[in-house]
Amino acid sequence: MITRRTFVKAGGCALVAYAGAPRFLFRTAHAAEASGKVLVAVFQRGAVDGLSMVTPHGDPGYAGVRPTIGLQPPGRGESERAVDLDGFFALHPALAPLVPLWSNRALAVVHACGSPDTTRSHFDAQDYMETGTPGEKATADGWLARAVGTRPAKSTPFRAVAIGPALPRALRGGIGAISMQSLERFDVRAGADSTARAGFESLYEQGVRDLLHGTGRETFDAVKMLRSAGAARIAPANGAEYPRVPLGEALRQIAQLVKADVGLEVAFADMQGWDTHVGQGAERGQLALRFRDFGAALAAFAQDLGDKMSDVVVLTMSEFGRTVAENGNRGTDHGHATAMLVLGGGVRGGRVYGQWPGLAHHQLFEGRDLAVTTDFRALFAEVATRHLGVPAAPLFPGFRPTQPPLNILA
Amino acid sequence: MISQVVAGAALALGLLNGCSASTSPAAPAVALAPAPRVTGDRQIVHVLNRLTYGPRPGDLERVRTMGVSAWIDRQLRPQTIDDSATERALAELTTLRMPIAEALREFPRPDPKLQAQVASGEMSRQEMLERYPLEKRPARIATELQAAKAVRAVTSERQLEEIMVDLWFNHFNVFAGKGDVRWYVSAYEREAIRPYAMGRFPDLVRATAHHPAMLFYLDNWLSARPDFIVPAGPNRGRRAGLNENYARELMELHTLGVDGGYTQRDVTEVARAFTGWTIDRPQTDGRFVFRPGMHDTGEKIVLGRRIPAGGGRDDGERVIEILTHHPATARFIATKLARRFVADTPPPALVTKVADTYTSTDGDIPAMLRTIFESPEFYSADAYGAKIKKPFEFVASAVRALGGTTDAQGGMALARASAEIGEPLYQAQPPTGYADRGEVWVNAGALLARMNFALGLASGRYPHVSVEIPALVAGAEPSAPAAVLNRLLTAIVADQAGPETRAVLAAQLGEPQITRMSPDDRGPANTDVAKLAALVIGSPEFQRR
Repeated sequence: MITRRTFVKAGGCALVAYAGAPRFLFRTAHAAEASGKVLVAVFQRGAVDGLSMVTPHGDPGYAGVRPTIGLQPPGRGESERAVDLDGFFALHPALAPLVPLWSNRALAVVHACGSPDTTRSHFDAQDYMETGTPGEKATADGWLARAVGTRPAKSTPFRAVAIGPALPRALRGGIGAISMQSLERFDVRAGADSTARAGFESLYEQGVRDLLHGTGRETFDAVKMLRSAGAARIAPANGAEYPRVPLGEALRQIAQLVKADVGLEVAFADMQGWDTHVGQGAERGQLALRFRDFGAALAAFAQDLGDKMSDVVVLTMSEFGRTVAENGNRGTDHGHATAMLVLGGGVRGGRVYGQWPGLAHHQLFEGRDLAVTTDFRALFAEVATRHLGVPAAPLFPGFRPTQPPLNILA
Repeated sequence: MISQVVAGAALALGLLNGCSASTSPAAPAVALAPAPRVTGDRQIVHVLNRLTYGPRPGDLERVRTMGVSAWIDRQLRPQTIDDSATERALAELTTLRMPIAEALREFPRPDPKLQAQVASGEMSRQEMLERYPLEKRPARIATELQAAKAVRAVTSERQLEEIMVDLWFNHFNVFAGKGDVRWYVSAYEREAIRPYAMGRFPDLVRATAHHPAMLFYLDNWLSARPDFIVPAGPNRGRRAGLNENYARELMELHTLGVDGGYTQRDVTEVARAFTGWTIDRPQTDGRFVFRPGMHDTGEKIVLGRRIPAGGGRDDGERVIEILTHHPATARFIATKLARRFVADTPPPALVTKVADTYTSTDGDIPAMLRTIFESPEFYSADAYGAKIKKPFEFVASAVRALGGTTDAQGGMALARASAEIGEPLYQAQPPTGYADRGEVWVNAGALLARMNFALGLASGRYPHVSVEIPALVAGAEPSAPAAVLNRLLTAIVADQAGPETRAVLAAQLGEPQITRMSPDDRGPANTDVAKLAALVIGSPEFQRR
């Protein structure tokens, strides 16, 4: 893990100084080429405070409204201070592991990003972000499932995978997405006796075409393929050390699937614990601990994949942001816009994208929240079209971009 | 979901309007013509699948003898059912009966000095374990509660009440891992959920609103009028203020529902009304207290209704009155109950009937349940087997189907199994609790975990959980494996296996490893019967209720 100190010492030559600098950064990305590209979506459930993740220290309105949870402006050589990105924004100090990726231009930020729908319900907002249809509850499938569905069919059960106990809304739909808690445990465990596995397999092969049977069939296809690919035995490479938290475990296993060449196109992982109504903390504290795990997991993933990262884009998202002003309990309540990260091959990184709406009272949404200036669908559509080579229209039905593209991907 | 072979074509046709319409766990029980009714033994099996954690051997006959409606009546009055055997099984779980103050004393917080010494390497982990043993840590409280839940689901005669405790806990969810909820969670179920699970809905809202577990989990204990200065403690002298968390979830998740017609303004007003509802000495006593100094005394307008200034503690009570008497709440609660007992997408006509019962009985829960259990929608053929068991329902029903019993230790193992399949008990972090829709629970990893649990359970790999497989097949013609299979299917899925499942299992009998005879040549060896039983438990049919 690289520290803020190392980075500062290396200065503009961080790329050279950072021994583990992946070669993908030097490659030309062929974004339109569909084969082998992987999109990894990371959902920060609970509404991450974008103003702490990527702090607008240059905005005169920032410090005053957050007397106890605001971050100090970046200070030269201060390892516990936020890390300046461009003179206006700074990265939370606990996200220091991401700094080399920023200076290598593999990491970009989109700020003031969010939904056109104004709900402050976690659950509705998450649904809208995952179905890709804000304000429309009847949508049955997820935007990532539709993205996979528009690509040419492939004979692998591993086109779309979520690591976790349940299949997220974003991957629901008729594409046969797989979800699993652990690659290692993804099998029928009956010791030397193979009849049990065969028996279960036949039970789900027969019969009506419903959710259970369909899932069962896909499951056994996946079990066989995973076993022959030996994915669960692939160790992290390039000295990558994943934090031992669920997101670290999820990304470690997604990297195994990428390296095992099982035909992965879209992967999904989530991280909980962002709903910081109380005692959010500043440079240190509750939220800082979440950022530490979040940043370390993403950085380890990039390091682990090394060259292969040129085919991978990681997109982070959260259902909304939090109130600009801190509340009475040194925390923040449900807000509107937040910040999202884009990391990987073909990303025009080292830049904060999006129009900054400002933090003065009259600039806030409903007088309390960061206004949305980039519709999340504009960002998601651009990432999907340019990285996966899919058309945007079926992914986000009814969405008409009103702004020029961000050009966040080459 | 659709198989790989047809995926391409189906996607091309189905993408824009959502393929999953054709893949939902079962057709929603909405029909224009009256659907055929489930009758006879199938009806009894249906009732047992919905009102209990699954039939045990002999339950079908017991209900047949008693009559379905008499049996339902009895379940609707749980206080009339003797459940002393369950109580005895729970006796060793002492934290179940422990008042909060005692739990706070018995299970101390980790000493920060010890933690620092471990972090700096001055103290070994082993030494830490000796100084702060696992059985003195507060995690024990949730562990015992999980074990108790599993024991009750398997053993209790008051099955419907247990189903309702589970439903209401999820409705008024608190996360056992958040801060002081660790010490409060067991008391929360005992004091705020269980006594009212078969009572009146508004009492549930009141009890949860006052309980320290909810006050802590949704942060209301810290919410104060904007100019309140904290008089004492670590935050002394600091300005506190409003926290909207509880107010919002009270309306969105507990009463009106997200489409119940409230605004951000209402959220703020409700939050103001609940200022001062807090916890007295949370780390030593953990009791509800109203602190007038924290309360915003001004007038509030909630859903257009005026709550005059100066109401004090009663402001919150007034809000609960307004919310629990709102038609959106009647409909929201009716939908939730109909979803649990009838179908993931409940028939709108039934929801309306149940909502009417809510309104006419002031939210009487047995009355609403009776409306459901007497409705044609409940007995329609479309509803039969339409629900997919939640992981915990699957685990409990498997043990029950195999005539199993468990003690408190076994309950802990069953709780771990439920977690493995995707439902760690009392560990739902978001205030929604766990979902009651099949699509959430059916996925590749979870399905394998169900099969592995079936194998482990049938082969006796869960210590302290005993199953009685030989009893299930007793009397079957010993030399005829097919007769053994018939017995198993009758016992475990009430003979409701589809022809494909029956054919597959019959084919298994042709496997040399399955038809191996026991040493005395008196029929299939017990291990093989166990494997057949595991296949039935892991079959698609048994995932449904």
